[in-house]
Amino acid sequence: MKLRRTSSKLITYTVLVVWAIISLLPLYWVFTTALQLSEYQDETTGQVISYVDSEPPKLYPMGIPKYFEEWGLARDAESAGDIVQAEHHRERMSAIVADTFSGFKTLFAGTNIWRWFFNSAYIAIVVTIGILLLDTMAGYVLAKKNFPGRNFIFWSIIATMMIPGQITLVPLFMMVGELKLMNTHWALILPDLSMVFGVFLMRQYMLSVPTELLEAARIDGASEWKTFWKIVVPLAKPAMATLGIFTFMNVWNSFLWPIIVLDDASLYTLPVGLKTLQDQNLAIFKLLMSGAAIAAIPMIVVFIAFQRYFIKGLTMGGVKE
Amino acid sequence: MKASNGLLKEMWKQRAAYLFLLPKLILFILFIVIPVFWAFLIAFQEYGYSGSKWVGFDNFIKTFESETYRVALLNTLKYTVITVPLNIILALGLSTLIYPLGRMSQSFFRGAFYLPTVTSMVIIAMVWRWVYNYRFGLFNYFLDFFGIPPQDWLNQSDTALWALIIMSVLIPPGVGIIMYLAAMGSIPESLYESAKIDGANSFQRWWRITVPLLKPTTLYLTMLSLIGSFQVFIQVILMTGGGPGDATETVVHLIYKTAFRDLEFGLASAQAVVLFIITLIFGVVQYRIMYRKGEE
Repeated sequence: MKLRRTSSKLITYTVLVVWAIISLLPLYWVFTTALQLSEYQDETTGQVISYVDSEPPKLYPMGIPKYFEEWGLARDAESAGDIVQAEHHRERMSAIVADTFSGFKTLFAGTNIWRWFFNSAYIAIVVTIGILLLDTMAGYVLAKKNFPGRNFIFWSIIATMMIPGQITLVPLFMMVGELKLMNTHWALILPDLSMVFGVFLMRQYMLSVPTELLEAARIDGASEWKTFWKIVVPLAKPAMATLGIFTFMNVWNSFLWPIIVLDDASLYTLPVGLKTLQDQNLAIFKLLMSGAAIAAIPMIVVFIAFQRYFIKGLTMGGVKE
Repeated sequence: MKASNGLLKEMWKQRAAYLFLLPKLILFILFIVIPVFWAFLIAFQEYGYSGSKWVGFDNFIKTFESETYRVALLNTLKYTVITVPLNIILALGLSTLIYPLGRMSQSFFRGAFYLPTVTSMVIIAMVWRWVYNYRFGLFNYFLDFFGIPPQDWLNQSDTALWALIIMSVLIPPGVGIIMYLAAMGSIPESLYESAKIDGANSFQRWWRITVPLLKPTTLYLTMLSLIGSFQVFIQVILMTGGGPGDATETVVHLIYKTAFRDLEFGLASAQAVVLFIITLIFGVVQYRIMYRKGEE
């Protein structure tokens, strides 16, 4: 019995670990390729090989072991008193470091990638703040106030959550053109601010907040606006954290709409910039993966820092992918 | 008169609530309600340099008669029919394995499977393009291990769609795993205990108790991934561009091309409306099947 339990645990772990490796391999491959040496000498044949040609593919950045190897050799040469040789190895070390990060260097020097990063961050932050304010206000009154037309408004909002986004592409495109917003960041920000899942989420959450707390504030003679800031917002903080995280993620990763409305390379967001990068450098994988790494890092950091809220948001239900 | 007076009074009393709702409502009407209705109007028009003219059902007739739309629809359906069930089964299977583990392992695996989902699909598609590369890709290298000859996966019409399908199955169903784990946590332990007393083995307990009780989650997830896979686009535009030929043309990619490459706004709108209706039908049918089964 004991043996059976141990073996089934072993199988469970094996399956999970293998599948986790398969799942994470693409992301790992982004970073490995980004940091791979562009070329290195093959130990056996002495040939200089480009990283893409290496057979078998190198599953880690080659620069790391090579760097330490040179470091060891430099130390040995120093203790042997051979200053020239030591200097030579030191030069090799800095060449390895330079080559490892050359993808990033090329991007920073030759493209607008900083600009794209900044655009992405700024748009995502503006939209997140706007959505938090608008949706907390809307969710609060939809949950806690009884006014004529409340249910009609709420159900209209829910109904549109079922509609696939592509249907509004063409009319939105025309509207943006009419409003003279084509090729501006407003063309991304305004439609993003109209996303509705946050209203649904905030309302669900506010329903569970006891009404007595709000009543108490009103009896004390606080204005609606003050009640909202002093009582509703502090109470809604956990739900707002979740909504904020998901909004940021959705905006940071959005792609279809930005490629339609943005023309100027200086206005691109990261995903759009990456696409043009790929269109221009189809086969320079080190460069492409360096760009991909720059776009991936912030989201990975956000995820690790706020994992709790991601899980909470998904299990609250109704969060659209 | 009196009634409407009462209503107005009530509305005036609640003016603060309307003001709180107003900013979101304006944006919602401007950028969602109006565009949705407008999309239906555009679908009945033809846009040229000189403006637009009404053409009745022409765009819809063109859509149904178009070979490309049919191919795109079939590709999208094939992609959906294979990836959605597999992703749901994977999510359920992996969750079943993760659930009994300790707290630490549970959150580790949950994180590992969810992480790729938070990074942009653009990044995932770029790296897979590299993985599928004929000469240098990891994929062919692994296949070589098993003696399978290398393929130019993305550039052959009989493998390109399969490459996208394989990729989609290998991207972990992170959302599904998190939702299933949460749902499993809410199943009362007593059910399992009484089943144990009745002599049910662990598989029977899983099949008879866990799976049926997870039905609402399964339905919700199926809906989500169905809508998601009908809209498959990023992989197509970044990895194959719909080619070779129209081997990987999908509905949304075609809508995108029709509207923003050919500038056929009316036709693109009609294509989008048809997609919407198909999505709706699928959703309703699926809902009925799942709940009909539940009642028996």
